[in-house]
Amino acid sequence: MSTLLGRLTPWIAGAAALIALPHVFTSGFALTLMSQIGLLIVFALAYNMLLGQGGMLSFGHAVYFGLAGYFTIHYLNFIYEEQVPYIPVTLIPLLGGLVGLFFGILIGYVSTRRAGTTFAMISLGFGEMVTALTLVLVAIFNGEDGIQTDRVLGEELFGITYGPNIEVYYLIAGWCLVCTLAMFLLTRTPFGRISNAVRDNPERVEFIGYSSQRIRWLAFSLSSFFAGIAGALHAVNIEHVGFEQVSVIQSGLVLFMVYIGGAATFVGPIIGATLLYFLQSTLTGVTEAWVLYLGVLFVGVIMFFPGGLAGLISMHQPIWRARARLLAPLLVPYSRFLAALIVCVLGCIGLIEMLYFRSSRLSTETELVIYGVESDPFSAGPWLIFAAAAGLGAFAIRKTYPGAVSAWNTAIADARARPLG
Amino acid sequence: MSSALTLAGLRKSFGAAEIIRGVDLAVEDGERHAIIGPNGAGKSTLYNLISGRFPPSAGRIHLYDTDITGKKAFDINRLGLTRSFQVTNIFARLSVLDNVRCGCLYALGHRYAWWKLVGRLQDVNEQTASILRDIGLWEKRELPAGLLSYADQRALELGIAIAGGANVILLDEPTAGMSHSEVEQAVSLIRRISEGKTLVIVEHDMGVVFDLADRISVLVYGEIIATGTPGEIRASTAVQEAYLGTGAS
Ligand SMILES: Nc1ncnc2c1ncn2[C@@H]1O[C@H](COP(=O)(O)OP(=O)(O)OP(=O)(O)O)[C@@H](O)[C@H]1O
Ligand SMILES: [Mg+2]
Repeated sequence: MSTLLGRLTPWIAGAAALIALPHVFTSGFALTLMSQIGLLIVFALAYNMLLGQGGMLSFGHAVYFGLAGYFTIHYLNFIYEEQVPYIPVTLIPLLGGLVGLFFGILIGYVSTRRAGTTFAMISLGFGEMVTALTLVLVAIFNGEDGIQTDRVLGEELFGITYGPNIEVYYLIAGWCLVCTLAMFLLTRTPFGRISNAVRDNPERVEFIGYSSQRIRWLAFSLSSFFAGIAGALHAVNIEHVGFEQVSVIQSGLVLFMVYIGGAATFVGPIIGATLLYFLQSTLTGVTEAWVLYLGVLFVGVIMFFPGGLAGLISMHQPIWRARARLLAPLLVPYSRFLAALIVCVLGCIGLIEMLYFRSSRLSTETELVIYGVESDPFSAGPWLIFAAAAGLGAFAIRKTYPGAVSAWNTAIADARARPLG
Repeated sequence: MSSALTLAGLRKSFGAAEIIRGVDLAVEDGERHAIIGPNGAGKSTLYNLISGRFPPSAGRIHLYDTDITGKKAFDINRLGLTRSFQVTNIFARLSVLDNVRCGCLYALGHRYAWWKLVGRLQDVNEQTASILRDIGLWEKRELPAGLLSYADQRALELGIAIAGGANVILLDEPTAGMSHSEVEQAVSLIRRISEGKTLVIVEHDMGVVFDLADRISVLVYGEIIATGTPGEIRASTAVQEAYLGTGAS
């Protein structure tokens, strides 16, 4: 009983948070932001069924997201014209899921025959192909302009119209919760476990009765189903879908989300999608160098925290599970590293901003303000200060990183030395 | 009486090099059959042909009455043949428990099911637990398999192979690299798990071979030069010259 309650707690807490969030962050900006994060979480989790669970690195998973989005827009428009059976907007995401599933089964049949690099290359090929198609087949995809719709179809249950953004938020939150639960449960099925086994050792799987190709195909199709749901939610939320949504850029973004969040854990993609989209939508207003920062963040995570942010947390799990007190000796070395990291990052941001300002030279009137201080990118002072911070920070990172790593090694060895409870 | 495994005129070439050069062998149902031979004789290659890792260049393989020549590895496994690997071949990031569990899922009929939870599968849980106890890894079931010691990984390798309860078991040097006491444990384990089944074992440790095997085949340079009871093999001058005599013992 208590274990059941224990297992349900995160889900109840998650549901409560989803319900409460719009009452805490009430601005229109926050609402759109949270809606978009909700559907990106679904997309990222779907993507991680491939990358983290199945060991497939795809550069073209936005295809299923975007095509479902296009389809949804068309379907909504067709409902207006009374050319197709009416489906309430509440259930439209399911239709998007089926579209994703359809293309996943179709394209997956070809692309999942091989794993590894071949799979990655084929996914990239399909990604480029579909993007090109959306630009060529103007009658269906309307080229660079994309297509749009109006999601308000009339009253549904409880008088919901999906006119107000808050109603769309709850639509997305509901689907996000259902899809997250479904994908979580999938990891605990025979399919889920064998999918992990294929990731670890595709060859061995063949000698315990499984076709690794079949497993990849199944994983790919199911993942495309959820990507399709996310795409349909996007269409309902934004009421517009363009080639950007199927493009390799979108595919890359979801890869970044999952990688930075941590592909090895279930919650990693949730963290990654939330963080990245939050950064993206807030930073785009502040700095034009956002994409550059994204790249730096990605490289930094790969270099220092290859398990992503969630991996960073979960690698400490055996330690606090064994004995929470074993975490104490980590505090000092970790703080040292963190301080070094912050100094270096602040320095780098300063340099990048000044570089960006100088190279774009929007107008000589505007002034560059960094950290609340006016910094003249045409004088040596700020350059020296930021360069010194970046350099010293980098040096300190190199000095403190081994200490942090060895502190962890000691702690984990202590934790492992204790017998299993 | 039928043979569990029948090899007829089996050949395999990699490019110009012929590694298996016409092997005929009948492993009887329920026997423990050892295959011995010097390094590079083609023992592992023979296993790779039988288990479907590569198709043979010529010849036929029968599992009981079924022709399995050129079939896919997973099809052969589903027909009731399992194998272990000389070089440990496990699922490194999965827990020890999940490694064994994956080994029995298909055989217990759960196949690709995505609508039932593994934790709830009573038959799988029981079989997994009994195998983990058998191979002595019950205490370490929650560790990622990649963190196990070498000897434990060898035990797990065996556990995955036998998890599905296949009738014909091919083991490739299961005791390689083990200490003396570990070897003893492994032998008694192998004896237990092969009870009532057909076992083929490739082994360099002659103590293990003569202890375990009902019959022995000697593979030298891609050909079987002798098959017989341990007594016959020990007495055979051909084997003495070709293999046992050459400084190995
Ligand atoms: N896939 C392959 N491609 C090319 N050559 C191979 C391949 N597999 C095995 N060989 C060659 O076949 C020969 C026999 O190898 P095999 O591994 O079957 O020997 P073995 O009897 O198992 O030896 P050991 O006792 O060392 O395990 C070796 O010369 C090896 O290099
Ligand atoms: Mg060998």
